[in-house]
Amino acid sequence: MNAKKGIEVSIAASIAAKLARVEVVAAYPITPQTHIVEHLSELVANGELDATYINVESEHSAMSACCGSSATGARTFTSTSAQGLELMHEILFIASGMRLPIVMATVNRALSSPLSIWGDHSDVMAARDTGWIMLFCENGQEVVDSIIMAFKIAEDRKVLLPVMVNLDGFSLSHVIEPIEFPSQEEVDKFLPPYNPLYTLHPDKPVTMGAYAMPELYTEAKYAQEMAIVHSKEVIVKVMDEFGKRFGRYYKPVETYNTENTDMVFIALGAINENIETAIDRLKEEGKEAGLIDLRLFRPFPTKELLFALKGKKRVVVIERVMPGGATNGPLFNEISSLAHSNGMNITIENYIVGLGGRDVLPEDFRDIFDEIKATPEKRTKSKKDKNFSVIGVRE
Amino acid sequence: MAKPMDEYKWHELNVGCVIEEIGSAREYKTGDWRSQKPIWDDAKCIKCGLCWLYCPDAAIYQTDDGLYTANLDYCKGCGICAKECKPGAIKMVEEER
Repeated sequence: MNAKKGIEVSIAASIAAKLARVEVVAAYPITPQTHIVEHLSELVANGELDATYINVESEHSAMSACCGSSATGARTFTSTSAQGLELMHEILFIASGMRLPIVMATVNRALSSPLSIWGDHSDVMAARDTGWIMLFCENGQEVVDSIIMAFKIAEDRKVLLPVMVNLDGFSLSHVIEPIEFPSQEEVDKFLPPYNPLYTLHPDKPVTMGAYAMPELYTEAKYAQEMAIVHSKEVIVKVMDEFGKRFGRYYKPVETYNTENTDMVFIALGAINENIETAIDRLKEEGKEAGLIDLRLFRPFPTKELLFALKGKKRVVVIERVMPGGATNGPLFNEISSLAHSNGMNITIENYIVGLGGRDVLPEDFRDIFDEIKATPEKRTKSKKDKNFSVIGVRE
Repeated sequence: MAKPMDEYKWHELNVGCVIEEIGSAREYKTGDWRSQKPIWDDAKCIKCGLCWLYCPDAAIYQTDDGLYTANLDYCKGCGICAKECKPGAIKMVEEER
């Protein structure tokens, strides 16, 4: 086991990309992603990382350059946040449609307007159906491990899809945490050089990203969909192999204290650590709540989630994004649809928290717990004009 | 393509729809899109080659006698050649099929 080192998570993320021996980085700086790409730029400039760093004039260009470099067969990394992710939006579909195994660290941040540089999940939720595999990280160690695993998942011949590693802006990206880095030799054994199926090379010309007539487009998109659906088998395999080699085991869906209760929280990202703290404190008072942490969001871990939800009666879906006119937040809608289409008798509540960097404390989850326990299971919400609650909003 | 497009099953397509065959766009006869076709009045043609230069589909070619004509397999009938022709040697005419 390697010694743990106190380090800012953003810097750790760039070191993870270095350990993965990335060959091309094309990125445009944006808060709170900045430290990741600045440090990668330093590593390249200092000769510590043998890679090409492409300076671009926007995120649209950054993702376009990533598609180009990945198409030539180079291991490609980028990172962005908020408006940057939105500016990349159309190219996100091109990366997944062309089956390019790009890895991107998305440092989740609120979207303007009003302008906010602080964290929430508005950015990634607007990009959730772009055909990218999406992982969410709870802490800095997961960020490092996920970036290394992401390349192995993305580059698997059965997958060949881009992977987004999500980490919460500031509340994860800018904190200093004790992190264990695997050695270069260990990473090299786990992650061999990328062996692309097709490359752009003058000696063997191919056409990538060609036009598809109505006769073919459906089959092409279906093939892509089958790839992301079946990528879960590879994701689980890669997580298992990572665990065997490095001693840190990951699963698409993690649970905490769920065996002791029929009431669970479900959330994405760093906020899960706060919920765990809240659960520990509730336990001290003799109250039991559980947590389902979705480490994998795309492909949606249907089977694992159904298993985790078995026997649960009250589920609280915590989200860091406004529904934007939808009945509920996006995570709620998927969990609700999954549970009810599988005939589960579950009451699901939707709480919106932590928008634009608003602090979310363990006390908030304790308040939610108390409110849930004080409310009858089958309360009808249809009379209300909204089907979700926003924690801490001044009404 | 080895068989017509509408006979391919999803798992028969290359990953990412990569096309390994070189110059396969040639197989797609875009001339089908045309409603008008260009007609040259060879007496007016000064062989300047502007039509050849401007054709966005590279569908115009020069014949052995230095005059120009369109390959109707690919000419979409856009009319740019007729618009650019200085002596007015090209006329777009309705095509009946």
